[in-house]
Amino acid sequence: MTARNLSNSKARRSWGFLAFPLLALAGCSHGVLDPQGPVGENEKLILFDATAIMLAVVIPVILCTLAFAWWFRAKNRRAHRRPDWEYSGRIEFVTWSIPALIVLFLGGIAWISSHDLDPPKRLTGAGAPIEVQVVSLDWKWLFIYPQEHIATVNQLVIPVGAPVHFTLTSASVMNSFFVPQLGSQIYTMAGMTTHLNLLASHPGTYAGISAQFSGDGFSDMQFDVRAVPAGEFSTWVAGTHDAAQRLDAEQYARLAAPSVRNAQMAFGQVSPDLFDAVVHGKGTVPTSLSASPRQDPGTNP
Amino acid sequence: MFGKLSWAAIPLNEPIPLITVGVLIVGIVGILSLVTWKGWWPYLWREWITTTDHKRLGVMYVILALVMLLRGFSDAIMMRAQLALAAGHAAGYLPPDHYNQIFSAHGTIMIFFVGMAFVIGLMNFALPLQLGVRDVAFPVLNSVGFWLTAAGVLLVNVSLGVGEFSRTGWLAYPPLSEIAYSPGVGVDYYLWSLQISGLGTLLSGINLTTTILKLRAPGMSYARMPVFCWTALASNLLIVAAFPILTATFAMLLLDRYLGFHFFTNDGGGNPMMYINLIWGWGHPEVYILILPAFGVFSEVIATFSGKPLFGYRSMVMATMAICVLSFMVWLHHFFTMGAGANVNAFFGIATMIIAVPTGVKVFNWLFTMYGGSIRFTAPVLWAIGFIVTFVIGGMTGVLMAIPPADFVLHNSLFLIAHFHNVIIGGVIFGAMAGYTYWFPKAFGFKLHEGLGKAVFWCWFVGFYLAFMPLYGLGLMGATRRMQHYADTSWQPLMIVAFGGAVVILIGIILTVAQLVVSIRTRNRRRDLSGDPWNGRTLEWSTSSPPPVWNFAVLPVVSGPDAFWRTKHNPKGPAPKYEPLEVPKHSALGFTVAFFAVPLGFALIWHIWWLAIVGLLGIVAAVLRHAWRVDLEEHVSLATILEHEQAQQLRAARA
Repeated sequence: MTARNLSNSKARRSWGFLAFPLLALAGCSHGVLDPQGPVGENEKLILFDATAIMLAVVIPVILCTLAFAWWFRAKNRRAHRRPDWEYSGRIEFVTWSIPALIVLFLGGIAWISSHDLDPPKRLTGAGAPIEVQVVSLDWKWLFIYPQEHIATVNQLVIPVGAPVHFTLTSASVMNSFFVPQLGSQIYTMAGMTTHLNLLASHPGTYAGISAQFSGDGFSDMQFDVRAVPAGEFSTWVAGTHDAAQRLDAEQYARLAAPSVRNAQMAFGQVSPDLFDAVVHGKGTVPTSLSASPRQDPGTNP
Repeated sequence: MFGKLSWAAIPLNEPIPLITVGVLIVGIVGILSLVTWKGWWPYLWREWITTTDHKRLGVMYVILALVMLLRGFSDAIMMRAQLALAAGHAAGYLPPDHYNQIFSAHGTIMIFFVGMAFVIGLMNFALPLQLGVRDVAFPVLNSVGFWLTAAGVLLVNVSLGVGEFSRTGWLAYPPLSEIAYSPGVGVDYYLWSLQISGLGTLLSGINLTTTILKLRAPGMSYARMPVFCWTALASNLLIVAAFPILTATFAMLLLDRYLGFHFFTNDGGGNPMMYINLIWGWGHPEVYILILPAFGVFSEVIATFSGKPLFGYRSMVMATMAICVLSFMVWLHHFFTMGAGANVNAFFGIATMIIAVPTGVKVFNWLFTMYGGSIRFTAPVLWAIGFIVTFVIGGMTGVLMAIPPADFVLHNSLFLIAHFHNVIIGGVIFGAMAGYTYWFPKAFGFKLHEGLGKAVFWCWFVGFYLAFMPLYGLGLMGATRRMQHYADTSWQPLMIVAFGGAVVILIGIILTVAQLVVSIRTRNRRRDLSGDPWNGRTLEWSTSSPPPVWNFAVLPVVSGPDAFWRTKHNPKGPAPKYEPLEVPKHSALGFTVAFFAVPLGFALIWHIWWLAIVGLLGIVAAVLRHAWRVDLEEHVSLATILEHEQAQQLRAARA
């Protein structure tokens, strides 16, 4: 998000919202209504389409409710009373048909979009595809770049326009990996892998969160996604390679211990087997060190 | 001797729970002293605590729900205050470990002890009266069910002062709720209090299902039952089918926590996904258990106050039963983001949307019930109209989230929070309040204050929109649920508006109490002498207000739907022939079982094994003693019945 749209969207958020929530928010930064990639854009389109289709029925129903209630108030002497009217085959037919037709239509959208936007489905983009392995820890995010042999904590750097394939797991409890401006979220679960494909169309820094409550440090389990031009990405990878820190078993054990508000970190070397070891360790540390029951959160050493 | 229990369990260093507990203890001691001083114990014991009268049990359920509404709402307004403060670098006033207990307690209490207690209370009270019968199928079981619910309530509240409550959300997803990640007693409080009260709910479900299926007035065929009875039937069938799933799921989690099993653990072959499937196998039907009786209340209220029969009765019944069946086929929509694959997600998304069809039909039928009617804008009608307007919005956002890719960005967000409060407040709470106002004169013989009742409605209605419309917006802006604080300060204005909404609802709750107090003090002006204060259509209005213990001196003979409306407008038939009758005896079984269930639960939570054995033996002994009882029924003499009937005729003549 840039400084320019921060200042004016702030004003709109504060006041415009009260007038009409969805429309006022449409221009807002940060959220799912300001997508920065094709997945988020398609999902936003579905939100708007489906809402519009349903509003076509919901608004008349609300107006009819208020109108019928007002017109047939006991004191209205002009209203035509039909105190025994309790059945009309034609109206019944229509009342079953209207929601059925809407649902038929929305069901079609649901079926097609579920397949189009299935999280494991690979995306095509301008740049070369990037692989990222994601491990949720208590309470921080570990990102491993298996092709580049580097790893980061709480920051994810991706090239703009390149499809990113995420393989995700958890070393502890469940979390949900979610970058609202890029689209779909997916759970991370110990001993299992999930898959997600995202793509950032525009350079920028986007907030990433855990969207599944995971304990006392949950609210701070945030990360930044930096989408940078391809050249800058290569420079960053090379720079990270030269970083002194290595993600070895000892370092991983330190990371895996519960901690909150972790600073962003980068590791120049990482074992290619680390991710698989985490998955097969089923939540325990994949080395000689074993996980101990969680204590109260301390800060990261 | 005392297991894990020690003085450290008392939160002496935490002022908020300590003060709350202090106030509660003073309040409870005060009430108990007053009761003792006034010498009300024999009356309370005889007429309420040991009662097997479905009307009194219904009233007690509703009182329990209203009291727990105060507790659940205190949690809610504390959360809203926290989030109104904790923006940017501010930490707010609730640290995460306390905040996490509060949202867990809020959800647990509101669903199990407010929503469930309220709808079960209304069903208990109204069903036998609407069916034209003298009691439920199993009156003693009914009392046991209520007291087990009360035992669960007590245990949840004990966690305020002794130990801690669960910090894992209202559904306690593993592995977070496993012993490795939640070693404290919080999750155990959650599990044991819900096991105990869940058993009570299951007993109540069995009782009410049997009542509807087996006990109806002569001539009351299924197709002549009021729609509230149909929705109650659907709801109780769901209780009978779904609550065992909950009990079994919790039992597995308890085995994991207590005996080192590996059903849902990360290691040892456990699989947390199984818990999540199972808990929603109960959890989705659960929301229909809550909402269906509310639909029934609205059907009664709209028909009565429009002065018309319900439009499309058969459609309503079909829609109700369709929802009942479909509710078991949609559970996966609670976790589209678990990576099940496109076909599975799409199937459950579409199944979810299909529920919108019968629900939509219901809305249209309420509309056409009003059409051509002569509508009296009483407080229950305001709740009903407010419900239709609010519920269609909540239904819309629900269908929106049933589209899997839309859910991928809305799942677990404040948008979701707004959605389910939209349907639970707009549906269940509005329905419960409508039912409370509608049946109050039947239960107590006088009407509630109408003006205050309307003020309560407007507070809830306006407060709901102020509190939850901002949450829809915040969800779209990327705010997720269960955050204790947030970095983006641009969210704060909306959070403050939401807090303002909670304050408006608070005024509504205060006015509810005020309405009750004012109405009781001025009850002589509000008497319902006729027994039919609203010009009703169904049989509960054909008896006196309050009804005698036996409900009907002579069982009504039903010749069509809206049975009372028919007899009111075509009075015919021979003079009633009174006969002596029997009512079920009072029983202390329910109270005794609960009396031992509380220490049993407490002992299991704290690993005090000897006390657990005492509690269990107490329950077994009480049940065995009951099994050898001799007298089941109490006789009501003809003179008593005639005396009541004549008094009622005199009162009705004065009306």
